[in-house]
Amino acid sequence: MKLDTAKILQKRKKQILELWMKNQLVDFSLREDLMSNDELTVQSEELVNVLLQTLDNGNLEDVQSASFEPLYEVLESISLSRAKQGYSPRETGTFVFSLKDALLTTLQQEIKNDPLQLLEESMKVSKLIDSLGIVTFETFIKGREEVILRQTDEIAEISTPVIRVWDGIVAMPIIGTLDSSRTQVVMENLLQEIVLTSSSIAILDISGVPAVDSLVAQHLIKTVSATRLMGAECIISGIRPEIAQTVVHLGIDLSGIVTKATLASALKYAFSLMQLEVRKSIVK
Amino acid sequence: MDKIPILKIGHFLMVAIQVDLYDRLALNLEADLVQAVSKTSAKGVLIDISAVSIVDSFMGRILGNIAGMSKVLDADTVIVGMQPAVAITLVELGLPLKGVQTALNVEKGMELLQKKIKIVDEEAFDDDSTLQ
Amino acid sequence: MMIVLSSDTVRIVKELDMVVFRNRLKEFAVKIGMGLVNQTKLITAASELSRNMLRYAGGGVVLIEIINGQRQNGLRVTFTDTGPGIPDIKEAMKDGFSTGKSLGLGLPGAKRLVSDFEIKSTVGKGTTITITKWKNG
Repeated sequence: MKLDTAKILQKRKKQILELWMKNQLVDFSLREDLMSNDELTVQSEELVNVLLQTLDNGNLEDVQSASFEPLYEVLESISLSRAKQGYSPRETGTFVFSLKDALLTTLQQEIKNDPLQLLEESMKVSKLIDSLGIVTFETFIKGREEVILRQTDEIAEISTPVIRVWDGIVAMPIIGTLDSSRTQVVMENLLQEIVLTSSSIAILDISGVPAVDSLVAQHLIKTVSATRLMGAECIISGIRPEIAQTVVHLGIDLSGIVTKATLASALKYAFSLMQLEVRKSIVK
Repeated sequence: MDKIPILKIGHFLMVAIQVDLYDRLALNLEADLVQAVSKTSAKGVLIDISAVSIVDSFMGRILGNIAGMSKVLDADTVIVGMQPAVAITLVELGLPLKGVQTALNVEKGMELLQKKIKIVDEEAFDDDSTLQ
Repeated sequence: MMIVLSSDTVRIVKELDMVVFRNRLKEFAVKIGMGLVNQTKLITAASELSRNMLRYAGGGVVLIEIINGQRQNGLRVTFTDTGPGIPDIKEAMKDGFSTGKSLGLGLPGAKRLVSDFEIKSTVGKGTTITITKWKNG
């Protein structure tokens, strides 16, 4: 006699869902703060529905079967939304793997008399859920990566503000490491602002740059060269003593660049270039 | 044959490049400009490249040539209005246009040239006074 | 894994073809939403390579492709000529090396402007150069 596992499971859908919900709710780590029990029920029901719909005896043995596409799609969207909501991998994993218990318990009740058959069918169901687990993690990580990518973009955007310090003088504080992609953003913003304000002097303050190696120095030199090509002068300020030391030790040539220790002295130099003077007013 | 017009404004020559340059056109410009500098004995050349979206090594070389040749004829060259993207690309390409003066826009370029002439005039004046 | 989404070929046999080619490339770059700086870098590199092709091999064919890979779109441009070929690629990739009367920035400069640069050349048969520029790279 050939057993139709798919049919058995479909018949007992209600019980499976109940069992699964029970398994999930028993878990102490359940995050009611992230999702209400009602929402969880809806999500679980959706997954069980699509699982049992796509399941038939033919494809149970082949987890790669194309007929599982809708199931994987639903699972991916659940996993993705969980990743963005801030669920831990363990919580999302538990969500899927607790379904296995529900399915196997149901099978156990249905196929009582034939241990061999039970084992065989259990193996198949188990394999399917494992495959679902893998898909879950793949999408979960993808969701996280998307979050990271978005944050990287945001950091690149917010970390390069250009400040108009005086009519004709713009300044840009750089915070964090300067790599080549960041340098391009820095250059773009700085040059654009120079054009916009038609400033003839730009000050690049590197107080917030943790270390200057030959690569970072190269990026700074490039930025200065590009500024000069536009017809403006570029001053590098915020050179800490440690940075001065490493620059000399590494034999980096900064002789073509105007460098100042502080933003204040850079501004003073800029004033002198523009033939401006700051004077204390005399109180009569 | 396309030509880029050269305008004479006082002691200066001005060129505004408004079209996509191809090599022949750029070479013609180089020849025409040097001719014009010599004929008008201009003191300065102003080249506006604000409408130019691509400057590759060939164009860069032409700009350098113009500056060098004008210098020999006693005229200063200022390139004005380079777009940020072009400046970044030139630096990455390894072509910082050494020896070419730049300014943000036509106005500032003119200022720069005028200042140069003034300095030269003053020097000439100083020379005269020491002679007497 | 890389997928070609769309492509076009441009023949370059005279100087004015370079202008046509640069405009075509610009259209493609705008189509995939490439930023202005990356656009300028790519077109400048392509301009160098197409000039080389015209000058040293009397012209050739350029293939422009929109590709997808590394989680983003990009442009791949392949320059193929049947010219004399480059005897010493390593030497030709050095800054300041030139057999013609130029600054010798063409090949190494172009390489610095793009995300990926590949060159194959057989003396007497011709040269194929492929450059790739990612939308954000």
